[in-house]
Amino acid sequence: MIAVLALAPVLLWHAYRGAEEQALAQLIERFDAQQVEYRVEALAIPYDAFASKLTSAIPGGHGPDLFIFAHERLGGWAREGYVAPSDYSGPFGDALTVDGRVYGYPLAVKSVALFYNRALIQEAPPTIDELARTARAATHDGVYGLAYPVTDFYYHQAILSGFGGAVFEEPGHRPALDTPEAVRALEFVRRLALDDGVIPEEPTSVLVTSLFNQGKAAMVINGPWFIGEIRGVDYGVAPLPPPMRPFLSVEAALVSGRAREPAGAQAFARYLLSPEAAAVRAHQGGQVVATDGAPADPLLAAFRRQAQSALPMDNSPQMQAVWEPEKRALASVMGGELGPEAALAQAQRRLIATTRAAPPTRNPAPYLIVLGAGALVVAALARRRLRGRSFRGTARAYAYVSPAFASLLLLVVVPFAAGMGLSFFHHSEGHYTFVGLQNFADILASRDYRITEPMSFYFTLAITLLWTVCNVALHVGIGLALALLLKDPLLRFKSIYRVLLIVPWAVPNYITALVWKGMFHRQFGAVSALLSALGIQPISWFTHFSTAFAANVVTNTWLGFPFMMVVALGALQSIPHDLYEAASVDGASRWKQFRHITLPLLKPALLPAVILGSVWTFNMFNIIYLVSGGEPGGSTDILVSEAYRWAFQRNEQFGFAAAYSTLIFIFLLGYSALTRRVAREAEAA
Amino acid sequence: MKRGLLHAALVILCLVTIYPVLWVVGLALEPQQAQARRLWPLPQHPSLQSFHELFNWLFARQLANSILVAALTTAIGLLVSMTAAYAMSRFSFPGRKLGLTALLATQMFPATMMSVPLYAILNRLHLLNSLSGLVLVYATTSVPFCVWMLKGYFDTIPRDLEEAALLDGATPGQIFRKIVLPLARPAIAVTALFSFMTAWNEFILAATFLDDAARFTLPVALQRFVGEYKTEWGHFAAGALIVSAPVMAVFFALQRHLVGGLTAGGVKG
Repeated sequence: MIAVLALAPVLLWHAYRGAEEQALAQLIERFDAQQVEYRVEALAIPYDAFASKLTSAIPGGHGPDLFIFAHERLGGWAREGYVAPSDYSGPFGDALTVDGRVYGYPLAVKSVALFYNRALIQEAPPTIDELARTARAATHDGVYGLAYPVTDFYYHQAILSGFGGAVFEEPGHRPALDTPEAVRALEFVRRLALDDGVIPEEPTSVLVTSLFNQGKAAMVINGPWFIGEIRGVDYGVAPLPPPMRPFLSVEAALVSGRAREPAGAQAFARYLLSPEAAAVRAHQGGQVVATDGAPADPLLAAFRRQAQSALPMDNSPQMQAVWEPEKRALASVMGGELGPEAALAQAQRRLIATTRAAPPTRNPAPYLIVLGAGALVVAALARRRLRGRSFRGTARAYAYVSPAFASLLLLVVVPFAAGMGLSFFHHSEGHYTFVGLQNFADILASRDYRITEPMSFYFTLAITLLWTVCNVALHVGIGLALALLLKDPLLRFKSIYRVLLIVPWAVPNYITALVWKGMFHRQFGAVSALLSALGIQPISWFTHFSTAFAANVVTNTWLGFPFMMVVALGALQSIPHDLYEAASVDGASRWKQFRHITLPLLKPALLPAVILGSVWTFNMFNIIYLVSGGEPGGSTDILVSEAYRWAFQRNEQFGFAAAYSTLIFIFLLGYSALTRRVAREAEAA
Repeated sequence: MKRGLLHAALVILCLVTIYPVLWVVGLALEPQQAQARRLWPLPQHPSLQSFHELFNWLFARQLANSILVAALTTAIGLLVSMTAAYAMSRFSFPGRKLGLTALLATQMFPATMMSVPLYAILNRLHLLNSLSGLVLVYATTSVPFCVWMLKGYFDTIPRDLEEAALLDGATPGQIFRKIVLPLARPAIAVTALFSFMTAWNEFILAATFLDDAARFTLPVALQRFVGEYKTEWGHFAAGALIVSAPVMAVFFALQRHLVGGLTAGGVKG
């Protein structure tokens, strides 16, 4: 019993689900039974939250001792000291190498390969030309020759490398997205998809799965996770024909640089690599084990062969900034907006702009002096205003407000000030340098892009304003109209209507966003089903600005009108009925009554709701990010989603993102001051 | 005739409104539906399998966490906001106007940028990976809206009653508890609902601050179904229904108050 209490806990973070998670649990149990020093505690973390959680937890000393993650972010993490070097040497060691040192222990390798339906194709094609020929030959009667998510660069890499292209140019590691090889690769896909109809339109992973299971896709490019989703198809898996080199992710057990139990973490990592554990991971977890050169299972063996020729993903932080511009380029070509050359030139420019070099370091002294002087002026002004004012009898008032303001000070104002302060710094790989107002200058001068391009501050600001105006107008319009319909006290079923119309408000907005995104899907979405029931050809919502923007607005309108409806209903109910009676007696028409009684009396109640509603809409991150995701080409991004991208998708430029946030704040502050002044003047007049 | 048109319009609008919800119900009862284009959202072969797979002791624990966090957030947020709003409405003191403006201003800084500094602060306070830390953050973030709402409502309650009570020898504390609060019930109900929803639906901060699956709240658990390579629609939809159901229930229970509480004051004020 005492021995059990003395076991040192080893905290393990992973993002596994399903079979892989069960295999891991089984291995933890075995490890705990085999030795008497350590006890492994596993925590499953949502994949999307993993990286950000890890980077906030480890420096604070709250992170795991050991974590399992793909090697892609290793470069940044190793240099920031989040990961401890290891003594591993063997297969895929080079993917885990940063600046000449090896980090972590490789568990599984993941890459895409070629799935083919044996009923449609006898043998996997041996060359890329043969692949195209086979795909064209198989395309007929509703069967597509090839299916994979064409706008996802993770998949496109296979094609790119097939034509000799690469993301970075060596030596020097410079971005090279617009090389002739890259243009040829994209032209190859464009022809297959748009000219020959070999690849289905908008091939999301759901569509790919569905087509393959129905026998309507002859070949599919997909990863080992696809195996579990195939139902009732006789299929084979083969490596993609050389020289195609899909991306390889090496999932590794990484010992934290701040582990409390580094020895225990290392012991468990080594155990995971042992032949016994590897067998469990392969058989129970379905993993393609990195250290096992020839798995018995033929499917896993095919993936293992593919891993041999696949390209380990670049583990430098610059790679993180590649996904967004590549995705935008692929989407605009597949949407028929741009040719491959123009799209890739844009992507190249965008990548260079987002991996912006650090601005020169400034001396913070002048800024501190200005800040200090400002604080003195504010203090002097406050003193002057307070002089002569009586504080007698105010103790109770301060006692009442102090809990609210104390907690706000600590948990809202301080983080907020920290955020503002951050906007004067440049962040790169864990190091902050003071750059003064340079971030603001770069944003406001729209350096690196024209004002009319989606990435410029002014373009995004214009979109944000359009977004806010459209939404608030629709919220107020629909809300008010419904309130007018529902206010009739004699209306039957009134409370049923009211309850149903309030439903969207009760649904959490991330659920709303994901559901509407699904409903706008071109093949499976309910919106498409409705359009085709009406005899209208379904459209791809996210390839044009107007439809993508409309999809966002529709979603947000659905979500937001009930609030305004309830506000308007409350306000309408409190307008005395005799006012209308008097007006009727005087012979005023319905419209005149609305113009001269309803609207003026509604205004005081609606105005605060409109101000708050527009502030919320202005910063409505979830809808933009989850519904259109900025498509096409970043044109539907609003300021908050841009700020988010700068912080988390473009080289972790926290300072630049903070500058964006500060500008948002200043803008909204100005807006609310203006509206309130206008309202006050209108009242006075 | 006119009535008929009115009802027809309302019925159509209600259908549009609940259609997405029915779609989620359909997905929860028949996950394969994610791969079929159908206008009719309800399933042909419904099964409770998704719910069945979702429900285990960990899920029940996370449900309990969510209820606890949301309830405490509501209680603390309300207590703090009620007193502050009352002072803002009834007393005159230096800093009152500035305070009100500052409350509005806190709504304008993008929330996505707050998580990193908040993490550092909670770390200092030793409140990371604890539900109480989460409650503190949620209660505080809901304060500005709550104070604005309640202050607006308090402004509309006539002062005569309070003045009369004062003459009868009641203390300010008694007046607040026995006269003002009962009169402000509708507004308090609405404000409570708001705090509850803030805490019930949030997942970005919760996922960042909590390190222990037994302490996760439901939205964090739900987020795991949206994976890197595929989304488990059946589980996600079933979870989404379980997350939304209590809020809807509260909405229905409070809907009469909702209409009055949100604005009754505004017009007269």
